[in-house]
Amino acid sequence: MKLTFLIACCVLFLGFPVAGFAQDTPEEAQPADSITTPIPAPPGNVTAWDTENDHGHSVSLSWEPSPDDGTGLGNVIGYIVFRSDSPDGPFVDRGVQPAGASGHTDVGSKEEASQDYMADYVDYYYKVRAITADSLVFAESVMVGPVQSYGQWFNTGRIPVLVFVLCFMAITIFFIQKAKSGANLFVRRLAGIEAVDEAIGRATEMGKPILYVLGLGTAADIATIASYTILGRVAKKIAEYQTGLIVPCYDPITMTVAQETVKTAYMDAGRPDAYNEDMVYFVTQSQFAYVAAVNGTMLRERPATNIYMGKFYAESLILAETGALAGSIQIAGTDEIAQIPFFVVACDYTLIGEELYAASAYLGREPLLLGSLKAQDYAKAAVIILAILGVIAMNVGLDGFKDLFYISN
Amino acid sequence: MKRQVPLALVFIFGIFMIIQYFIPHEKSEWVYEFFLDWIYIIGIFALALGIWSLIRVSYDKIKYRRPNWQYAAITLLGLFFMILFGFDYGRHIFSAEGLRNYMFVSFFDYILIPIQATMFSLLAFFIASAAYRAFRARSALATLLLLAALIIMLRFNPYFGAVTPYIEKTAGWLLNVPNLAAKRAIIIGVGLGIVATSLKVILGIERAYLGKD
Amino acid sequence: MNIFDRMMSFDRRWVFLFLALVCVITYVAKFSVPIVTTYEVESIYNRVESLNEGDILFLGIDYDPNALAELHPMAYAIAEHAFRKKLKVLFVTLSQNGPGMADQAIRDLTDSLRQDRTYNGVFYPGREIVNGEDYVFLGYKPYPGLVILGMGQNFRIPFPTDYYGTPLDSIPMMKGVLNYDQVKCVIDLAAGNVADMWIVYGAGRYNVPLALGMTGVMGADYYPFLNSGQVFGLMGGLLGAAQYEQLADNPGPAKDGMRIQLYAHITIILFILMGNIGFLVTRRKNGV
Repeated sequence: MKLTFLIACCVLFLGFPVAGFAQDTPEEAQPADSITTPIPAPPGNVTAWDTENDHGHSVSLSWEPSPDDGTGLGNVIGYIVFRSDSPDGPFVDRGVQPAGASGHTDVGSKEEASQDYMADYVDYYYKVRAITADSLVFAESVMVGPVQSYGQWFNTGRIPVLVFVLCFMAITIFFIQKAKSGANLFVRRLAGIEAVDEAIGRATEMGKPILYVLGLGTAADIATIASYTILGRVAKKIAEYQTGLIVPCYDPITMTVAQETVKTAYMDAGRPDAYNEDMVYFVTQSQFAYVAAVNGTMLRERPATNIYMGKFYAESLILAETGALAGSIQIAGTDEIAQIPFFVVACDYTLIGEELYAASAYLGREPLLLGSLKAQDYAKAAVIILAILGVIAMNVGLDGFKDLFYISN
Repeated sequence: MKRQVPLALVFIFGIFMIIQYFIPHEKSEWVYEFFLDWIYIIGIFALALGIWSLIRVSYDKIKYRRPNWQYAAITLLGLFFMILFGFDYGRHIFSAEGLRNYMFVSFFDYILIPIQATMFSLLAFFIASAAYRAFRARSALATLLLLAALIIMLRFNPYFGAVTPYIEKTAGWLLNVPNLAAKRAIIIGVGLGIVATSLKVILGIERAYLGKD
Repeated sequence: MNIFDRMMSFDRRWVFLFLALVCVITYVAKFSVPIVTTYEVESIYNRVESLNEGDILFLGIDYDPNALAELHPMAYAIAEHAFRKKLKVLFVTLSQNGPGMADQAIRDLTDSLRQDRTYNGVFYPGREIVNGEDYVFLGYKPYPGLVILGMGQNFRIPFPTDYYGTPLDSIPMMKGVLNYDQVKCVIDLAAGNVADMWIVYGAGRYNVPLALGMTGVMGADYYPFLNSGQVFGLMGGLLGAAQYEQLADNPGPAKDGMRIQLYAHITIILFILMGNIGFLVTRRKNGV
């Protein structure tokens, strides 16, 4: 009896402090119905740092998954990340990760008015909680912090792009200098561009105008910029031969630039009086309405030559087939890969992809333009060599090779 | 001056946008967003220029009764009617206002949509006639092209019974291997061309867009 | 001119006429054709199916009426699937005539969703979708690249108000929805270069989970992006729309259109074969 009483007192007097001590550690709730769900081990080795290569307002975390995640007790179903701006709390939920995860990025808003605002240069404290199917049974890691978020002034994840741009600029400048010094830079024949002269001659003999379509790109598209140069050369020849020119435009900015280009060409040819502003006009920014208008022009004016240079989309075949119906010679050039087959099928000559960009250098043979074209070719050769090296590296197990070219956000 | 100022502007903003790509900081982002807003504004002004050009050209055609001037008249009528009903705020011509205006929506649903859908449907007929003309076994390469086109067209045809899975696998291989290889090659070439042309524009080597002094 | 010469040199107008006849006959004769689904469409369907009630789906209606036949059925199929699952849909259009298309789709879907329906054995009671709670339509802004970049910062930069003029901050659905971080996935239905801009700016710069719906002609172009993981799904043309309708158990205009498309393809193939037979026989006769 006395022994029983003594044991009961020991349990009472010793058990309470033990229970109390257990309560002081990070919250381990154990109500009666969780007896069947054992408490898992917490995630370990939690680290937090400012997210790299971003504009701030973000902290990255990593941890070792709980030993009971997938193994051991196997009752961990995920992790919740908590954040506070004070070590004493309150901690708020900043995201959930599934079982097996070992990292999380806490991204906040940069807008002060937003509820999700996360200030830079402010101390933050984090805890990671391993959760089970019973919401009352979980295990929290030790708190880490303070950690501050801030924006970076240089994105190191984009170094490969920087290296490429600098190398490309260096090669371009080298070849431009070489071309300026009188070196003869070989450019292979572009049948489509050589046919332009013949086509203009044909139009002059027939007394019919030439239709030049700049495509559906904006003035900022590289294909449209390349097209301006070709338009300038074509317009100059047309001015010399006194043939008609029709340039319907899809984009208003493109129209203004095209008008300047054609006017300059006529002045260079010594025929400023022959220039008429209505040669180059805006039609509409609606794709098929534009096509309908151009088709109507083709069937009414019956141009001897149609030149399509720029960005084209689904309307390319409609334009080309209508031009074929009207009996025109057709020369096309686009960098839109999907439309190249249609132009190849329906036009007499086609410039494929970068041949369009090369056309400006090909036509003028200016050292500056030829030099940059050569640089393009050498850059392409470098890409081919790197691709072959990459294939070899991957096959021999040198995975690090591809990491050299990895570009992060 | 007329050439130097635009060239200087293109150079400064071009170099800035290149540098901005490598600077993720908020302050760099703020300047970038500021420029984005300005591009919208410039675009709207350019649209006004374009509409003025269209009105002037169409008006001249009507005034001097040039051939097919009636199409120009229809163009102007369409332009003005859509603007009239689209800007109907408060007057409630035929009920509702602005872009929910009944007439505006009716013009869109019953005229614009059918016309544009019809234009796009022309492609079906043009593809048929272009395919009939172009897919001839003139040479070994042309024959390969013909066979590839036939396999791709038959790819999802359910009427070939036991042969269908083989056609599908072949079509899948054609799309994912040689087609992809060729497209990637062209994409890389085009990408390099874009970089080269952009550099030429930024550095002032490509000046066709500027016109003459 | 013998028969083989004629086979080789049909006037294109006969080709147009024959094709038109085939299209009309298959349109009038209503029978169904089997649709085989592919992984690129299944991945889009599965992604939408895996979303939970209240998740936000971004649907880009970036096409003009000319692509109506191919892309409109996609918009209807995806949006109806999303609304039946009680997802929130954010409509945006970066194409000039897109607002009309989106507006029409929303009006038609509002009517359709009032009906009780059963899809794939699951019963969905009819319900009323409410602007500002179940969907928001932001409208149209020009220069798609800039808009996509702007939305990556905050939807309110390019769209301070929605299409109907309501400030975004006063729309219940947009509370706490700042940018792509709050969007579960982006499905862009495009007939032009807007898809390229989504890949470069949306997926490339902001890592949005992106799927594309394209016209048939352009769809083949985007397999490199599917294979590289830059987009998680791809629907090409009317076939893609029909496959989605098949997966969603919601037969619509795409499934009907596939009947016509299938027989049109067969007609084109027959013309190609005819032209080649004429060409080969004529060439052999001429001793080439």
